[in-house]
Amino acid sequence: MDWFPLINSLRIAAISTVIIFFLGIFAAYYIAKAPPLVKGVLDVFLTLPLVLPPTVVGYLLLRVLGPKRVIGAWALAVFGVKLTMTWWSAIFATTVVIFPLMYRTARGAFESFDESLAYSGQSLGLSNTYIFWRIRMPYCRQGILAGTVLAFARALGEYGATSMVSGYTPGRTATISTTVYQLWRTNDDALAFKWVLVNMAISFVVLLAVNLLERRGGSGGGRRRA
Amino acid sequence: MSMSVDIEKSFGDFTLKLAFEAGDETLALLGESGCGKSMTLKCIAGIVRPDRGRIVVDGVTLFDSEKRVDLTPQKRRMGLLFQNYALFPNMTVLENIRAGARREKDRAKREKSVAAVIDSFGLGELADRRPHQLSGGQQQRAALARILVSDPMALLLDEPFSALDSHLRFRLEREVREVIRRFGKTVLLVSHDRDEVFRMADSIAVMRAGGIEVCGRRGDVFADPKTRAGAVLTGCKNVSRLTRREGNRAFAEDWGMELVLPDGAREADYVGIRMHDIRPGRGENGFRCRVVEEIENPFSFTVMLLAPGGGNAPVGWETEKHIWREHRAPELEINLPKQSLLLLRE
Repeated sequence: MDWFPLINSLRIAAISTVIIFFLGIFAAYYIAKAPPLVKGVLDVFLTLPLVLPPTVVGYLLLRVLGPKRVIGAWALAVFGVKLTMTWWSAIFATTVVIFPLMYRTARGAFESFDESLAYSGQSLGLSNTYIFWRIRMPYCRQGILAGTVLAFARALGEYGATSMVSGYTPGRTATISTTVYQLWRTNDDALAFKWVLVNMAISFVVLLAVNLLERRGGSGGGRRRA
Repeated sequence: MSMSVDIEKSFGDFTLKLAFEAGDETLALLGESGCGKSMTLKCIAGIVRPDRGRIVVDGVTLFDSEKRVDLTPQKRRMGLLFQNYALFPNMTVLENIRAGARREKDRAKREKSVAAVIDSFGLGELADRRPHQLSGGQQQRAALARILVSDPMALLLDEPFSALDSHLRFRLEREVREVIRRFGKTVLLVSHDRDEVFRMADSIAVMRAGGIEVCGRRGDVFADPKTRAGAVLTGCKNVSRLTRREGNRAFAEDWGMELVLPDGAREADYVGIRMHDIRPGRGENGFRCRVVEEIENPFSFTVMLLAPGGGNAPVGWETEKHIWREHRAPELEINLPKQSLLLLRE
């Protein structure tokens, strides 16, 4: 059995998760503090990939990243790189699809934060950076971790947008989900089933982790326990 | 050492507009919830930016809208104590106090002042606990220690006792009074509890609807609260509309009583009298009243009395139990000594 699809899936999911970890927290932190109107509009826009079919996300990405489109043509001209049909093209697709998961859970966590903690920190002379990393983030840790794990799980399962942007080339852009589809299509039922089992095992572990995290942080109040 | 505040801030249809000065003393902002007293502290601490005005503490301008000065909360050095104490939940007591000491860059000095404050607040045994493992009183002590180690220029205490059970309050009030005494600089105390304010503060500013109604030494404010809100907030439960008649006479509309006011009494819209200032028996401003209700308190009686003239609100008289047992009757004579009458503006 060729393990490339597993490795490819894991690296795409891992890189995308690292990117949305920072992007999602950044967006959540600033939008949680924004005035209601700005918040409402940005919220709709940033959550859209969660409800759009992944094929629509894939289509929109191809419209900008394709070799004859704005960004795609620019990258080709300047760096001589094609942004689509490589293994890392899937990172664009996955990042867009999982962003809302991270953003929404992180925003929920930030909104439950007790601002008087930040205010007392400021009055005590603590820098805003210190307050963010040493008080706000630990307080919201459970929510942010749960969001990260959930986003990672979703990234592993990404199929629609990935298959459009990266395609399916065995040994080059194949992921677990595109491999399962390809094997089923070519009637290789036994191998398809093996990959299904692999995928289920990973998802099971990840969801177990989410559950454990949520149970520990039930009250949402940092390390507080009943 | 002093604090001078003159600020204005609007939120929708609520406007906060007030000015006061305080020396090395405890000034209490007394008012009902929503009157803007906590907002005032937030403006001074730099959490909320006033629309206009000036805040100067110990000669340092913290905020001045004309000179465009607006120091960050970090630079203002205000010791702000929140109602819920705002201890960092992910840190132990020791780590919380160390966080408060971070302004001091010299590590050895910092550790020395942390150790000193832990010792003086008796937090040694609690140093490794997290805030949720502490009682309300211990949390308050840890929060005060964390503030004092940061060497603030003034203390701002926002309803410091409201999160505590009443039996703990008395003891913690004594602890906080001792902290204030040792601190020796300006302390602002926000509260809605007149007893607490009277015990803790040197001066009192009575607040209503975003402004200060009366401000003065605590004895003066309780003796002459000047406005209806001031009277109610300082615990006067008998208040009636007042119509002036000829000479020194005036009619208390709600009580249905014609009263003789002290000589040279000022114009007033209302009259008030504290429940324990009413006297039994005949005298000036004496009325024969019907007992509407008697309410037994742990150590006193409150007797609700209605004048015969057809008032719509009874007057409450609070008296010791043995005195009421002596006078108990369906009807009795009481008098409202004119020097005890509070003359109040709207």
